[in-house]
Amino acid sequence: MKIGIPRTLTYYAYLPLWKGFFEALGCEVVVSDKTSKGILDKGVEYAVNDACIPIKLFHGHVYNLKERVDFLFVPRLLNLTREKTVTYCPKFLGLADMVRASMPGLPPLLDFRIDLRKKRKERQREFKRMATLLGVRPAEVDRAFRRAQRKMSRTLKDLSGKGNPEEVLGILTEDTRNVLLPPQPITLAVVGYPYLLYDDFVNAGLISKLHKMGVRVLTPEMVPEKTLKRKAKSLPKDLFWTFSNQVVRGAIHYIDDGEVDGIIHVTAFGCGPDSMVGKLIELEAKQKTVPYICISLDEHTGEAGVLTRLEAFVDMLKYRRDKQ
Amino acid sequence: MKITFPHMGSSPIAFRMMIEKLGHQVVMPLRPNEKTLSLGSHYSPEFACIPFKILLGTYLEAIKRGAEMIITSGGMGPCRAGYYGVLHEKILKDLGYDIDFVVLEPPQKKAVNFIKKLSKITRSNSLSVVWDALSTAWQKLKVLDLIEALSYEIRPREAVKNETTNVMEECYKLIDRAWTKEEIKESLDRCTKMLKAVKTKDSIKPLKVGIIGEIYVVLEPAANFDIQRMLGDMGVLARRSIYLADWTKDNTFFKGEEHIKKAAKPYLQELVGGHGTLSVGNTVLYAKEGYDGIIQLAPFACIPEIVSKSILGKVTSDLDIPLLTLFIDEQTGKAGVKTRLEAFVDLMQSRRNHKREALA
Repeated sequence: MKIGIPRTLTYYAYLPLWKGFFEALGCEVVVSDKTSKGILDKGVEYAVNDACIPIKLFHGHVYNLKERVDFLFVPRLLNLTREKTVTYCPKFLGLADMVRASMPGLPPLLDFRIDLRKKRKERQREFKRMATLLGVRPAEVDRAFRRAQRKMSRTLKDLSGKGNPEEVLGILTEDTRNVLLPPQPITLAVVGYPYLLYDDFVNAGLISKLHKMGVRVLTPEMVPEKTLKRKAKSLPKDLFWTFSNQVVRGAIHYIDDGEVDGIIHVTAFGCGPDSMVGKLIELEAKQKTVPYICISLDEHTGEAGVLTRLEAFVDMLKYRRDKQ
Repeated sequence: MKITFPHMGSSPIAFRMMIEKLGHQVVMPLRPNEKTLSLGSHYSPEFACIPFKILLGTYLEAIKRGAEMIITSGGMGPCRAGYYGVLHEKILKDLGYDIDFVVLEPPQKKAVNFIKKLSKITRSNSLSVVWDALSTAWQKLKVLDLIEALSYEIRPREAVKNETTNVMEECYKLIDRAWTKEEIKESLDRCTKMLKAVKTKDSIKPLKVGIIGEIYVVLEPAANFDIQRMLGDMGVLARRSIYLADWTKDNTFFKGEEHIKKAAKPYLQELVGGHGTLSVGNTVLYAKEGYDGIIQLAPFACIPEIVSKSILGKVTSDLDIPLLTLFIDEQTGKAGVKTRLEAFVDLMQSRRNHKREALA
């Protein structure tokens, strides 16, 4: 049985979990092609025009998969962290309903509801529904999920303290990318959601561009989970979204640490949670006098535009450092 | 302590009374205008939604007029409005204003916290004073909602243009003056009578429109260009699904709205925060009740409403009812909205005529 997983959104954060789960059930996992102009165009065609680019890309990746899989995996992801108050962006919660309403000819969706805050009994009911869809026994689903969870937490341990984003991407998704690491006079924290940071197409090769300029790049994924948890206390109230908390906490860690020369917030045009996240980071950076820029991505983002902004920022940082 | 709070529709009338009864001075939030919005936008994140920007503008104006404490509501997400209190406070502090910021979170999560924060406002007042302040304010909120809803029923049929609007101005003054339980009750009776006395042409069978969407832009006429009144002036009966008193009740101690969520279920199975799920559910309900059209109001880049919009396309085509979505931001102009409304009204009228011909 072939299960399709779109190569975007949670792919860049939880692939070991999804893959481990389906493979433990004996299914074959098919990932959509790497993001391309064609995929983006299809996404723009099918998604509602007010959506942010990640949602449009998701539609594009679903389109890319729909003819060649038996099932499409579009989870209703509510909570994976056991932190009581957090969930995911509303667009993630409604993802299955959105694609179902806007795209005809879809294979059956595995809209598995994942909420680790719920009691075992309720989770069991979801496992059962999943088992009927896939034609296996509920106990097998349960076992597969637990095995996948263990795999995921091992992966997370492997991530912390890694030196560059390519390694992070390799560990998370087994995608490989060339690493260019020249002498590194400047260190930058590049914070943003994994599906923006690690998708080379959507961010116009932002990270490899920085590497070419001789910049060392640190991302939130490299911060150990314990540190992130500790940093949660520096805000009066947690944000409601798992990924956003990770970005804010990671950013605060890098700002407090004093190890970075500057911070880049990578966001999608019109991203709701990021309007909060960005301002929080900006205020924090301002207080500690760490240079900050925000790069906002949309379907019209071009290589030259991103490059110009990065060069200007890095030049400014070099100048600042020389003066000091 | 001089206290201010957000401006949302006619609710400041009720909140003013509550806070004055507790012995504080009130800095009345002014009805937001273009200046408020551009002041707020200046200090807001670019992609914060328009309620964030209007509120920040309102706060800044109130601080200039002497406010020392701001009371506002929190939330539990996933709609970002629940985080606005925190960020507003941070931005105001960054601008150098040292202001007391009280964010009331929904009490069912941390009841102790809620009471602690409330005690900041209730101070040393006796329990009976506090109870009177809260219960009369609640009563007033409900009266305001009732009268407002009634005005929308009458306006499309009024014989003399603007009469309803003039009567409503009188009504608000009356309700504002009412201070005790009896006076508030009497004000309701008098206002109802005054509104019912408005001369109407009963032969008119107005088009019926259901207004759905995000609570702030639905409730605040300054944010939606007084859309319900505008439609009323065009002779359209515009009803909305959200009123402040009901909504507060459904989202604090009591569980309401279940029938709406149930109606949404075939299309949207997850609570997506804000009013996204209710928008879908109410559309289904309005369509089944034979309304002529649906207008969805939402701030630009509102996450829950984008989710519901992408689903509403299918809902409205299944149920055969026209839908107009208006995403509002600081660039939206009244003339643009009016043109779109006029076109939408024409469309609904011709659909109705066609249906009538088909029947005849």
